[in-house]
Amino acid sequence: MKLQLIDYAIIALYCAFVLGVGAVLKKHMRTSVDFFLSGRRFPAWVTGLAFMSANLGALEVMGMAASGAKYGMLTSHFYWVGAIPAMIFVGLFMMPFYYGSRARSVPEYLRLRFDEKTRAFNAFTFAVMTVLASGINMFAMAIVFQLMLGWSIHATILLSAAVVLAYTVLGGLTSSIYNEVLQFFLIVFGILPMAVLSVVDAGGWAGLAARLPPGFTKTWSTLGSAAANPMGVEWFGIVMGLGFVLSFGYWCTDFLVVQRAMAARDMAAAQKTPLIAAVPKMFIPFIVIVPGMVAWAILPRELFVAGGQVQHNLALPLMLAHYYPPGMLGVGITALLASFMSGMAGNVTAFNTVWTYDIYQSYIRRNAPDRHYLLMGRVATVAGVAISVGAAYLALQFSNIMDYLQLIFSFVNAPLLATFLLGMFSKRTTPNGAFWGLTGGTAAAALHFLAVRSGLAHYSSDMAANFYGAIYAWATCFALTLLISFFTRPRAESELVGLVYSLTERPRYNRLPWLNRPATLALLVGVLTILLNWLFW
Amino acid sequence: MMMDSTPELDIRWPIGLLFAAIGALLAVYGALHPDGGKSLGLNLNLVWGAVMFLFGAGLLSGADRAKRRTDRRP
Repeated sequence: MKLQLIDYAIIALYCAFVLGVGAVLKKHMRTSVDFFLSGRRFPAWVTGLAFMSANLGALEVMGMAASGAKYGMLTSHFYWVGAIPAMIFVGLFMMPFYYGSRARSVPEYLRLRFDEKTRAFNAFTFAVMTVLASGINMFAMAIVFQLMLGWSIHATILLSAAVVLAYTVLGGLTSSIYNEVLQFFLIVFGILPMAVLSVVDAGGWAGLAARLPPGFTKTWSTLGSAAANPMGVEWFGIVMGLGFVLSFGYWCTDFLVVQRAMAARDMAAAQKTPLIAAVPKMFIPFIVIVPGMVAWAILPRELFVAGGQVQHNLALPLMLAHYYPPGMLGVGITALLASFMSGMAGNVTAFNTVWTYDIYQSYIRRNAPDRHYLLMGRVATVAGVAISVGAAYLALQFSNIMDYLQLIFSFVNAPLLATFLLGMFSKRTTPNGAFWGLTGGTAAAALHFLAVRSGLAHYSSDMAANFYGAIYAWATCFALTLLISFFTRPRAESELVGLVYSLTERPRYNRLPWLNRPATLALLVGVLTILLNWLFW
Repeated sequence: MMMDSTPELDIRWPIGLLFAAIGALLAVYGALHPDGGKSLGLNLNLVWGAVMFLFGAGLLSGADRAKRRTDRRP
């Protein structure tokens, strides 16, 4: 694939706009709250699109198209089972605590609800996870751009890191949110025409199904046993592992996405953030997974071979090259760049907030003037990007780094979900119960990993191993937290007002028209998701 | 629903400008270089360039209306 002058012009135009937004916003970053929390003034549609876009990184866009080519419509479980139900839950039930407690981050909520050591544990594991995820995101994109366009891996990594660094240092979370919304529209406009053309070319949905192995266009009917589907997972693994533990663990506790909702201007907007995000999220499979399936159905297999191996990750770029003339190809490549940048900026802004508030201000320098923390936020942004670049080069050393990334998620997010569920919905859960439960859950994930690697535990696929690893980590944390809480002293009820469900006044929206209330939106999103599962059963 | 995002910069300005610029560039390029070979016989640059331009123009017009409303407020 070779780009023309018009394609480069479009890419340059995009980079100039992204930097321009950061430059315009710089003069409005006066306090650390402006920089880290955007001064809490965005309407729900902006935070909603940013909430979704921060998760729409290069790994998500290219990886899900690759899974579409490999597993077919089963991949949509990552959306219709593995995202939407959790997004409804976080919007309706968890956002009142996050937003209402006025905590500035997820680790800070843990300090308010439990104690300092639980916050420290989460802050450190989260900081490590975000820079690793950011680096791997960068690495994945650089590899694909090298294979497709012949771009140097070093140049791709350094140039894109420099653009993200410039706009996040200048405009902080506000700049990141503005660019995430812009990137959302670019991704949709850059990929949608190719998705439509590809399905028409394959002879419609029926024509596509006829060209693919049986069951490739179904979501549930092949999940009776692990042997009956290409993913090697049965329905219990999907529902419990992906649909409950991994999905709720990510969407409900990961500060990367929760931070976007915290930038909303009021409680109603914060609650509606994940619900509004769920609407485009449920249709993303049609522009990402379906083109991956069409790629596998109509393109010659040899196009997928690079370095002597079949590279499913090439599915989306191959389809762009197949259907787009010069010009539109520039828009498509810009969409991939945009997905990479939004994913990376999401990680970097979450990292600089957790570093500055939860590590630096708490353990290194307390009670400094606000402008010092604003400066530290900018320094942390530079450091976060530099460490991400280092992590990208580290990723170059490993052939199966994706497995490690999934593994890190199951180590960090899966046990944390149990801590949050017990902490938010039971006032009897104690600080010691939470800390040791979280430590035990993480240790269980590590032991499960060692059992799989040493052959003591066996699964049909790495995906199944990840799902069950997450289930064990969650269950261990849940059981340990309950048990230890039973024998240790809970905090006084007066200290838990606004932090625990039974001690918090529920937000009332009688003044809002019923169509504009979070519960109505949640119902609509839920019904649409059930309908999609049923249509592709 | 209020569409403006922050008092200092309505988010529709940068998005509208970028889409209008890319859309115009694509549509003009498509009109000058009709290339139907790749996109199932469709001049995709012209058609999608026009769609992107209209989307951008719509956002700009909304942002402009909101600005005028704000300016009129005492």
